[in-house]
Amino acid sequence: MITNPTGRITQGQFSFLPDLTDDEITAQIEYGLRKGYAWSVEYTDDPHPRNTYWDMFGMPMFDLRDAAGVMQELRECRKTFQGHYIRMVAFDSTRGIESITMSFIVNRPPTEPGFGLERQEAEGRTLRYTVKSYATDRPENERYS
Amino acid sequence: MSATDIHAEATKITDAKQRYKAGVLKYRQMGYWQPDYVPRDTDVLCLFRITPQEGVDPVEAAAAVAGESSTATWTVVWTDRLTACDSYRAKAYRVEPVPGTAGQYFAWVAYDLILFEEGSIANMTASLIGNVFSFKPLKAARLEDIRIPVAYVKTFKGPPTGLIVERERLDKFGRPLLGATTKPKLGLSGRNYGRVVYEGLKGGLDFMKDDENINSQPFMHWRDRFLYVMDAVNKASAATGEVKGSYLNVTAATMEDMYERAEFAKELGSVIVMIDLVIGYTAIQSMSNWARKNDMILHLHRAGHGTYTRQKNHGVSFRVIAKWMRLAGVDHIHAGTAVGKLEGDPLTVQGYYNVCRESYNPVDLPRGIFFEQDWADLKKVMPVASGGIHAGQMHQLIDLFGDDVVLQFGGGTIGHPAGIQAGAVANRVALEAMVKARNEGRDIRQEGPEILKRAAQFCTPLKQALDTWGEITFNYAPTDTSDFATTPSVA
Repeated sequence: MITNPTGRITQGQFSFLPDLTDDEITAQIEYGLRKGYAWSVEYTDDPHPRNTYWDMFGMPMFDLRDAAGVMQELRECRKTFQGHYIRMVAFDSTRGIESITMSFIVNRPPTEPGFGLERQEAEGRTLRYTVKSYATDRPENERYS
Repeated sequence: MSATDIHAEATKITDAKQRYKAGVLKYRQMGYWQPDYVPRDTDVLCLFRITPQEGVDPVEAAAAVAGESSTATWTVVWTDRLTACDSYRAKAYRVEPVPGTAGQYFAWVAYDLILFEEGSIANMTASLIGNVFSFKPLKAARLEDIRIPVAYVKTFKGPPTGLIVERERLDKFGRPLLGATTKPKLGLSGRNYGRVVYEGLKGGLDFMKDDENINSQPFMHWRDRFLYVMDAVNKASAATGEVKGSYLNVTAATMEDMYERAEFAKELGSVIVMIDLVIGYTAIQSMSNWARKNDMILHLHRAGHGTYTRQKNHGVSFRVIAKWMRLAGVDHIHAGTAVGKLEGDPLTVQGYYNVCRESYNPVDLPRGIFFEQDWADLKKVMPVASGGIHAGQMHQLIDLFGDDVVLQFGGGTIGHPAGIQAGAVANRVALEAMVKARNEGRDIRQEGPEILKRAAQFCTPLKQALDTWGEITFNYAPTDTSDFATTPSVA
């Protein structure tokens, strides 16, 4: 059980707000499309803060300029990976940016066990830290069931 | 005197025998005033605001600025003739009265690229803001803006990380980053200090920060601070699933001390270290190299800048400092809040932000940008807004500065009536609610207070923050604003 004030993992743009409804997600997608971003859907059952590469649910939708189409992809992903973390990611290919410009979580497992902190005593008073997910000891796809 | 009168005169002595006769000549006669000069793409261009002494002709004053910031001395020297001296001379090429300010003039000066050592802020500044600022015929002088040619920009490595890669490393996109300076700034022991850091980060901030004057005083040795802070950072990271950081200030008396502290910060796994502007340009460039070698984000606190940036008649504009710091290579720079407790006219402050974050700055006189600046793909600096800001101003801050900024609410987090975590929650909820509303197309400048009020209905800490600080503003007339005519002829 995560004990931070939200009781859940707080990655992404909107983790401190009540879960976004599909209409609210659509509004964010439309904002990104107006800005010329390409949307992707990504999922994982290993939300470690430094797990950069969540799995891609299909390719980034560079040519899809319609929020309804993007939402359809999200629905498919939710159907396939109900108990996973899913995030919407917007990409801006403008020269000098060429990076992610929006990212927010739109699906979570029913319970979020979170992470423990392992400390290894090193020289002097130095400590080496490892953030470890309570869920990842179990194999992929069996972590949040 | 009108601008046209000023432009009419050209008095350079072209006869070499006359020009190099021993004695004292006017600067304009020595060739430092060239109204017909067309600046080259490879020239460094400077705009000075000068206040000549009574009776000193503005053109002669401008020529003197060009002279004293390049090759001139007070008298003619024959040894000039051993050099291609025409190219070493800076050229004042334009002088205009400052709109609405009697006795002050804008002077444009061009410098050939050969005058500057590649990749050295110290060398550039030794010329441009060296002796010239003490020159007696001027009552005051200010370097208002600078254009660094692409050819010179490319000799600097710039920010070690840059704001794009910083976001990728932190895995935080599409919203301003949130920070707070640990308070009280002086007196906490390492153990107590780490407590504040832990509470702030667990509550929802991305960064905590050492203050500029936290180094290694009797109440807290630097190693002690680093050890406790990193425990707090890692614990908060585990508690939230987010990458967290705390700017460990490595400012110290010598480079050796700074390297030692930075190495220890790296050993402990910190993502970021911090330096103060007062360490000097050379030390900043050295720390930038270190940061680049060690995958470290480099935060710069602009401690000391107010002594020479704030008064309009004398010193160096902060926009010039910001340009030098982007070249020197820092990842964060304090660039003002406009709405907080520290000096800053909103448009002028936006000008600083644009210098830090844009690939190309067009001329933008209301924001104090007098020259085009092509940054030649140099990385971007993340500006930091810090000092007397609170959650109740979230709509104004996001409206003024957009997403690429670190908003630092020190008092506004730690002073929260329900504690530090509650303060952090209030700020993070206000931030996310405002970004979401803006993206949904709401007019946050108008509807901001209403959006905050709505968010406070599901977030008690935000309600408490708004009740405590909602009405606090710092409305004083800024001292540093842009002077420009509404129909400017400025190019």
